[in-house]
Amino acid sequence: MTDWIYIMAFYGVAGVALLGGLGVLFFRNLFHAGLSLILSLFAVASLFVLLGAEFLAGVQVLIYVGAVAVLILFAVMLTQRITARRVRRYTRALVPAALVILGLAAVTALVMVRVELPPMAPIPEAGALDELADLLLSTYLLPFEVISLLLLGALVGAIVLARKEERR
Amino acid sequence: MTITPLHFVGVSVLLFGVGLLVVLTRRNAIGILMGIELMLNAVNVALVTFDRVYGPERLDGQLFSLFVITVAAAEAVVGLALILAIYRSRGTVAVDDLHELRG
Repeated sequence: MTDWIYIMAFYGVAGVALLGGLGVLFFRNLFHAGLSLILSLFAVASLFVLLGAEFLAGVQVLIYVGAVAVLILFAVMLTQRITARRVRRYTRALVPAALVILGLAAVTALVMVRVELPPMAPIPEAGALDELADLLLSTYLLPFEVISLLLLGALVGAIVLARKEERR
Repeated sequence: MTITPLHFVGVSVLLFGVGLLVVLTRRNAIGILMGIELMLNAVNVALVTFDRVYGPERLDGQLFSLFVITVAAAEAVVGLALILAIYRSRGTVAVDDLHELRG
């Protein structure tokens, strides 16, 4: 990939990701905020591609965009009264929250100015999928199994919570 | 002029800040969940960036973000089920209307 194409792609994708995030913050209608979240998630998947993590990009699109975002949109449609347009969007914490964010940004900027990171390693030609699979079933076998248990627990818990209570 | 790892980390920090702002200020519980997803995504970007910095032969960062994505999916599912249950019993999902436990 030529250099300037990469640079332009990076700035475009990063801009889209941040715009999507700002949409989540500012859209009045929560459904629009959810669509904006999907845009941001897609842009993050593109960032993964730019970083040479194609498998992760695929997982991101499948799980986040395909499952989590759709679930969130469903929940919005199940709970929101569309007619109530003039509902207050924000809690009263807006000003203190903005101050917290500014402090966070200042600290990170200070750290980022001082830290010297090595340049990025070149992206290998072949994908990293088989090495990922090896690691997952050797070094990270225990977290892998624990996560499968966690998913099972979440599955059962969500069904129990969302089921209609039957009176008897 | 090239793209350094700091560029990616900068995007990650900005995205994290926006997500945190959403979490701290949105009134709707589902909006707060969206903010959490944004923050988790920002962390994933940072993880993959550092994975790339420390060479193609170490993939631990990518695996970590794989785990983060999985846990985020579980968290979203349970969180939304909780929100649905609250909506069914209370008729609202605005977090500052749920203040029974306030002293």
